[in-house]
Amino acid sequence: MDFFYLSPMERDALALSLWVAGWAVAVSLPVGILTAWLLARVKFPGKAILEGIVHLPLVLPPVVIGYLLLMLLGRNGIIGGWLYRSLGITLAFSWRGAVLAAAVMAFPLLVRAVRLSLENVDPGLEAAARTLGAGPVRVFFTVTLPLMAPGILTGTLLAFARSLGEFGATITFVSNIKGETQTLPLALYTLTQVPDGEHGALRICILSILIAMVALIISETLSRRVAAQIKA
Amino acid sequence: MLTVQISHTQGQFDLNIAFQAPSGGVTSLYGPSGAGKTSIVQMVAGLLRPDEGYIAINDRCLYDSQKGINLPPEKRRIGYVFQEGRLFPHLSVRANLTYGMHRTPARHRFIDFDEVVALLGIDHLLARRPAGLSGGEKQRVAIGRALLTSPTMLLMDEPLASLDGARKAEVIPFIKDLGEHFSMPILYVSHEPGEILALATHVVVLKRGEVVDSGTPETFFDPYPPAYGDRQAAGF
Repeated sequence: MDFFYLSPMERDALALSLWVAGWAVAVSLPVGILTAWLLARVKFPGKAILEGIVHLPLVLPPVVIGYLLLMLLGRNGIIGGWLYRSLGITLAFSWRGAVLAAAVMAFPLLVRAVRLSLENVDPGLEAAARTLGAGPVRVFFTVTLPLMAPGILTGTLLAFARSLGEFGATITFVSNIKGETQTLPLALYTLTQVPDGEHGALRICILSILIAMVALIISETLSRRVAAQIKA
Repeated sequence: MLTVQISHTQGQFDLNIAFQAPSGGVTSLYGPSGAGKTSIVQMVAGLLRPDEGYIAINDRCLYDSQKGINLPPEKRRIGYVFQEGRLFPHLSVRANLTYGMHRTPARHRFIDFDEVVALLGIDHLLARRPAGLSGGEKQRVAIGRALLTSPTMLLMDEPLASLDGARKAEVIPFIKDLGEHFSMPILYVSHEPGEILALATHVVVLKRGEVVDSGTPETFFDPYPPAYGDRQAAGF
């Protein structure tokens, strides 16, 4: 029965993974919705550049993103140095940095899903809401956002799953510190580097698959239910 | 009394419009498609900004380019029934109906929920979603939704265009009742003489972005042969 009990290392890694992925999604969701809205609805100079930057993590090697984050946000980095001196916040080599790395890597997936759902919202419905006495902000929260719900849900789950699996940017930016930044993929990597680690590696591998499956099933069920709610 | 005096250029199309609609009854904007009917209605509603001019209801100015007045749609207190209904798909019929009502200050409300629901015959639909309604039911709900904001005027942009003959005949009496019952001035866009004869008390004729004539419906259309009912039977 030992098989079903998690070792302290596994438990730490699992808890940390869920914690980091949860925060990554929570942080990137409002920013992602705003970005999607800018890209889908607003015309402004430099839009193509913003679009490029948003999608960069999708095409760049994760290690490059991690290295960029380290340069910008490390204690000696341009932004990171200022953050440390003025606010006492350190991102590098802490779980907060792992959150940021995961959020950046998952961001394009989130924005794509949200943007797609926004583009499917009929502006005519928003105009109708205006004539019914709702101001632009109220229209957004009572008409636009609810109609985007399926896309937001899909985007959130995709981003969550992507964050759980984040490896390259995380290990480069915040290293592999047990209990602080050692998420499941990093723990798996560590086990493959030590002698007799195969058994532990396999266990983490199975654990990862289980979590991914559960996330996907929840995502499918929820988005089907939300879509049915809107259409029925 | 609605006063509209605007000029607007949209690409190749020039709109130069001046007309008044009486404070009671149904004023119909009549003309072929491309005459600028929908643009005018959108300007009155505040969804389209004219280049220049003046729009007012009684003494209440909605738009005045010289004084720099341009009330946003949500401040105009004008009900708008769209050609395609535009019901909110994520809300029940009841929530659709009350969407605008809840946003109307109590002191402005003079139209009662139960009265509208009874008049439009939609009480059995309240719990349903718009996706499950027929075309005629959707338009009746859309009319109720606009009416429940207690507007100072109701705009209807070809509200029957997407309906077949039988469904039209189902909705027309409701529109007729509503103008009389609530003494609500209605601006009704149409290119169907039959609809105008059945509903309008005053007609403004548009052609290529200009008002070419106005008067009572009978001055423009022969109300008798063939009768509206016959034309309907013939698939009008």
